[in-house]
Amino acid sequence: MGVVSGIVLSYQFGTNWSRFSVAVGNVIGPLIGFEVLSAFFLEATFLGVLLFGFNKVPPWLYVLSAVVVAIGTSMSAFWILSANSWMQTPVGFTLKDGVAYPADWIAIIFNPSFPYRFAHMLNAAYLTTGFVVLAVGARYLIAGTHIEEGRIMLRMAIALTAILAPLQLVIGDQHGINTLQYQPIKIAAIEAHWDGALPGDFYIFAWPDEKAGHNWFELSIPKAASLILTHRMNGLFPGLNSVPASERPPVKLVFFSFRIMLGVGLFMIAAALMGAFLWWRSTLFESRWYLRIMAHCWWFGFVAVIAGWVVTESGRQPWIVHNVLRTADATSPVPGATIAGTLALFVVAYGVVFWFGIYYINRLIAQGPQGSAAGDGGKFSRRPISAAHS
Amino acid sequence: MEWYLPPIWAAVIGIAVAMYVILDGFDLGIGILFPFAQSETERDQMMRSIAPFWDGNETWLVLGGAGLLVAFPRAYAVVMPAFYLPVIIMLLALVFRGIAFEFRTVSRSKTWWSFAFIAGSTLAAFAQGVILGGLVQGVAVRDGGYAGGSFDWATPFALFCGLALVAGYALLGATWLVMKCEGAVADRARAHAKIALAAVLVCMAVVSLWTPLAEPRIAARWFSLPNFYFLWPVPSVTALVAFAIWHWLERGRDVPPFLAAIALFLLGYLGLVISNFPYLVPPSLTIWDTAAAPASQIFMLFGTLLLLPFVLGYVVFVYWLFRGKVREGESYH
Repeated sequence: MGVVSGIVLSYQFGTNWSRFSVAVGNVIGPLIGFEVLSAFFLEATFLGVLLFGFNKVPPWLYVLSAVVVAIGTSMSAFWILSANSWMQTPVGFTLKDGVAYPADWIAIIFNPSFPYRFAHMLNAAYLTTGFVVLAVGARYLIAGTHIEEGRIMLRMAIALTAILAPLQLVIGDQHGINTLQYQPIKIAAIEAHWDGALPGDFYIFAWPDEKAGHNWFELSIPKAASLILTHRMNGLFPGLNSVPASERPPVKLVFFSFRIMLGVGLFMIAAALMGAFLWWRSTLFESRWYLRIMAHCWWFGFVAVIAGWVVTESGRQPWIVHNVLRTADATSPVPGATIAGTLALFVVAYGVVFWFGIYYINRLIAQGPQGSAAGDGGKFSRRPISAAHS
Repeated sequence: MEWYLPPIWAAVIGIAVAMYVILDGFDLGIGILFPFAQSETERDQMMRSIAPFWDGNETWLVLGGAGLLVAFPRAYAVVMPAFYLPVIIMLLALVFRGIAFEFRTVSRSKTWWSFAFIAGSTLAAFAQGVILGGLVQGVAVRDGGYAGGSFDWATPFALFCGLALVAGYALLGATWLVMKCEGAVADRARAHAKIALAAVLVCMAVVSLWTPLAEPRIAARWFSLPNFYFLWPVPSVTALVAFAIWHWLERGRDVPPFLAAIALFLLGYLGLVISNFPYLVPPSLTIWDTAAAPASQIFMLFGTLLLLPFVLGYVVFVYWLFRGKVREGESYH
């Protein structure tokens, strides 16, 4: 799937965002280009060795291929996050006739929000996978099949997530403080904070009314948002009312997406720490209530990641490149009906792809790993999805 | 403006596109030939011959798109909206074709995914040909942006180019199968290769006559003096190569037909470059009109010169690793 979605991305900058490409192509282009050359090829080519080369290469080269695929994927994340972060916190360029010209590549690549975003996303990717492994392992132990594999999966997943899930909270906190410095209105939307003259409460729930400029049905922890963001009880930070409505992001979307991400994230921390606690008490594999819950948690990471991206992308609106280019000025000269039609096609196509994908993956999981966990040499299936055959 | 940067970049992107057309050409060609296989077992064998490669092959298309954005953002921003529908159709076709690779092997009934693979491969090839043909015909540009409608690309010439590329990829795919397979699959591919070769030659002849007749600038490029003295070897060598493919197919050779089919493609490609250089978006935008800022081109050129040799190196390594015939007994995946 990596390569086909990568192709789509590298063409849609032009098909749907041609004026974006002209305005900031000088800056964004090379970041994408470095991603393709340094990472994409590495990943796509050595994936072939990893999937089909088991009987053709010596073991050390096989392991090296796996490492190279991992490095390639991480470098992909590096460049893509750099490009996206530059759209959030653009620096290192000069603007002439509406076109950005690069002035300092190091400043562009390592722009102010990049380290936080890169760490946050890479960690999120590990957590997502960790919870999938955790859920599958729990499923095996409940079913009483593949017990040894299930235990290994559980131990590896809990060891990983018990460290990374709490770490994600720390990274997220630092990322939030960085965002407050560079995109204060995004933070105001996340917190549904309207009046900058008052300290910010943290709303567990609220219904932001964008016309009236305040919240209904507030359920809040007083001054908690100020404490988190400024580390002072009475610290002040800008409110949504400090800018005209046309300069605000869609508040409800940002506000609720953030709460979905945070809620799922907090649950992941609790689940990982509980797993570690049960492991320490040596009752992990017998705690069926815990395994039953975890068997259903495979989707947690995916939801948190998508919700997080909705927060950061919709929170940047009405800008596509913060304070440089408006989203409305970035589109292609293509009729609306054409775009609506092709969008519908993409929805249908991706719907089919994911429906079948989930169906086959579930069948694969139900069938379980082939060969013993002790290592059955060349007999187990090299290509994961092919095990679902028959 | 550093005048020498755009030609260097045009060469880099030209290489990426050539790599793509040849490499993904043969694996799209397998999809185009899929309906003519006699059984799903034969189709398994055909797919097995390209399984380790197709992922890397399609990455050249990503490099082509990203390279255009990096080096010629103004051309990228005109070409993509101009060919909006063919580009989107190509992307969706490639998505279906890519997942058909995975799902066909795990599905209980292979028929549907075989169909998705056939439709995706053929449609992607056709759309690429349409884009190429439409580009040669020219794109309406005003104020540096695309100024035409959603269906300007749908001309008889562009649609003909779509069919021509389907035939071309079928030739690459068939000669690849001759090289990589044995038994019934290889025998049938040998027959298909001859049919595809005949079709490709007809298409090349038609395009070679059609373009100079329709576009005076292309006629002037080829038939004015002294150009003609330098350029007449191109069609002559093309004819020789075509004869060589036929000859080697007849003689039962396995590897030379594929290599000669690549040469045939490169010659056709060279013909297009000669016809259109220095225009990137005929008839108005040259490589200099559409170039990115020199700072961007230099930065990325540095990266390309550093990284592209590595990329080429490990691509060669993987082809070497999976060299030789695909054996009957080996399991797919």
